[in-house]
Amino acid sequence: MGTSLAFHYIFAAIGVGFPMLLVIVEGLWLRTKDPNYYRLARTWSRVLLLLFAIGAVSGTTLSFELGLLWPEFMRRAGAVIGVPFSAEGFAFFIEAVFVGIYLYGWDRLSPRAHWLCSFPLALSGALSAAFVTAVNAWMNTPAGFRDVHGKAVDIDPLAAIFNKAMPTEVIHTTLSAYVFAGFATATVYALTLLREPANRNAAAGLRVAMLVGAVAIPLQLIVGDVSARFDAHEEPIKLAAMEGQFKTEAPAALTVGGIPDARTRETKYAIRIPYLLSILAFENPNAPVRGLDAFPAADEPNPLPVHLCFDTMVGAGSALLLLGGWWAFATRAGKRAPTGLLARALVAGGGLAFVAMEAGWMVTEEGRQPWIAVGFLRTQDAVTTAPALDVAFYGFTLLYLFLATTLAWLLLRIRTDESLSPPAGAAVPSH
Amino acid sequence: MFGYPAEALVAVVAVVAIALYAIFGGADFGGGVWDVLASGPRRPQQQEIIGHAIGPVWETNHVWLIFMIVLLFTCFPPAFSALSIGLYVPLTFVLVGIILRGAAYAFRSQANRQSALGQACGHVFGIASIVAPFFFGTCVGGLTVGRFAWTSPFALAVGLLAVALCAQLAAVFLTCEVRGPVRQDFRTRGMIVTVVLAFLGAVALAVAKTTVPAAFAALTQARSLPGIGTAMVLGFVVLGCLWFRRYNFARFAVAAEAIAILVGWYASQAPYLIPGELTYAQAAAPPETLRAFLVLAAGGSVLLIPSLWLLFRVFKSEPLEYPG
Repeated sequence: MGTSLAFHYIFAAIGVGFPMLLVIVEGLWLRTKDPNYYRLARTWSRVLLLLFAIGAVSGTTLSFELGLLWPEFMRRAGAVIGVPFSAEGFAFFIEAVFVGIYLYGWDRLSPRAHWLCSFPLALSGALSAAFVTAVNAWMNTPAGFRDVHGKAVDIDPLAAIFNKAMPTEVIHTTLSAYVFAGFATATVYALTLLREPANRNAAAGLRVAMLVGAVAIPLQLIVGDVSARFDAHEEPIKLAAMEGQFKTEAPAALTVGGIPDARTRETKYAIRIPYLLSILAFENPNAPVRGLDAFPAADEPNPLPVHLCFDTMVGAGSALLLLGGWWAFATRAGKRAPTGLLARALVAGGGLAFVAMEAGWMVTEEGRQPWIAVGFLRTQDAVTTAPALDVAFYGFTLLYLFLATTLAWLLLRIRTDESLSPPAGAAVPSH
Repeated sequence: MFGYPAEALVAVVAVVAIALYAIFGGADFGGGVWDVLASGPRRPQQQEIIGHAIGPVWETNHVWLIFMIVLLFTCFPPAFSALSIGLYVPLTFVLVGIILRGAAYAFRSQANRQSALGQACGHVFGIASIVAPFFFGTCVGGLTVGRFAWTSPFALAVGLLAVALCAQLAAVFLTCEVRGPVRQDFRTRGMIVTVVLAFLGAVALAVAKTTVPAAFAALTQARSLPGIGTAMVLGFVVLGCLWFRRYNFARFAVAAEAIAILVGWYASQAPYLIPGELTYAQAAAPPETLRAFLVLAAGGSVLLIPSLWLLFRVFKSEPLEYPG
């Protein structure tokens, strides 16, 4: 399941983030009539076709796996979280319909009608991400039911969707999709520009991608900060694991890096910045911050992956912020093509965004352990009892690796068709 | 809600979703079957038309499945849990089939068809298109037999029946996608597979009668007969429509036939979701959840139906003029 999720996350993020790029690039074509934008939109359509297909099948797998791997979780929590899942189902349905219309409708719709179809595509993509993240938020802060001897009663599906963690988590996850789609696309065109500095098409592609990435990344850091403060109040044990904080401290120092050791109860080799954790978590340099020791040992997540992933995410996110700022400043928000060192740095953007996204997901998952739904159901009680699970696990992992390799190979072969020209005589609106 | 128990209304939504998945998803799988079985002088054209027909709608066709799963775990969580454990093996095969098929289809659309990768994807697409409906069929058969006996002779017979039904749906739908000789190819295939389907249906019933008399009795009881009987009649209608080249009419007849088979089966199982173990009422989620789901389904349909209409309007209004 973890493998499937990590794999699916990449494609889901593309399914959410990429349509936004298409909205912009096709809109720019209609506005400027620059054929480069048209070619980009056509090329990106082909990329979306591949990625969306893999995202859809891996999503189907996940919906099956919920039952195949977590039958007990679904039996007990299905009635509570099913409604946001169903809402996600509808949003994804609409996205699938418009993916069909958009990808195959280039020659069947007028340019303006075609462009308009990219809006429901982007919107339903964002909505489906929002609903599915609402479920994950529910697992962190379950709401909308009463727990009577392990059975959920008095279910209120709306309260379950709008649980406490939902607003920050939904925005944080949706933005991660835009950050990833923007920076990953920029990586591809930065590589092209390094080889062919005069390639106008690549410059246009990079500009659109970075516009999305550079707008999304500062917002993302702000939301990330809000969400860490949310954890300080609502999920203090997760915060303690994220920060590698074993002992309750007042004032608390911020632990950067280091290796948390759950046996010796200390985080070794770390840089500690006095007062900073208290300030970040509670806006008060002397506020006490609870460490893992303040909680029952049976409820403690393993701080090692949580802390390392958290620092990785924050580090990669901060690097992206600098990169986005540098790009915006050096190219005057895209008026010039980046050259030299900046172009080289932009190549790293996609990888950083990928690392930040997957690490962030690890933080929320590992930080929630040993619970699958905090206070309601433990992970070990929810997992399937079906036999031969490891065979299925290795089988699916191999299958995904194989698909990912083939996909990467095909994606690398997609080239912008320079001979492609916008439809002649098309009703291009003039502005 | 409206004087009916909420689980009955949800069960109706479920039948609609299953029927639509059987028709659209089934035709989609069937397209893969005909891709493997493409033959004769117009083999490449047949394959091209299949790709052309599936392209814009295949994502949508398979979302019905996700919708069904979500419906099941939202509204009947214990049934979802029991089905997942009981049918773990065949569902895993279905899943692998769906993954490989979707991936191979998408990869092939971007790879050169003559290249090694394109050819390999073509084979994978076709084989996975047979594997997935076959194991779906065994799940349905296993449910009918009871105790998830998906390897019982009846279940295997239903698996074959499911593949044939998919192939029939696809062949008939494909006659509406293209004109000229390629259309004739699919007309012939549609008639042959309709006969095969009738034969396999008879075999399945005979197997049921000899190996699982209880299932046979359920399928031939008074409330199952209208569905099963209508399906048989519609099978002849499909054959007649194809013979007289009434393609558009055949399209609706074959869809109605698939629905009739499902309704007949559904009626034979009611009120059980898992025969002998779990009824709809027993498996139902609390009424708050069912009501929320129904409200959501109503609201979602308001957005979904016009979107689907637009999709089919843009891509499915006119058959392709194809020189063949």
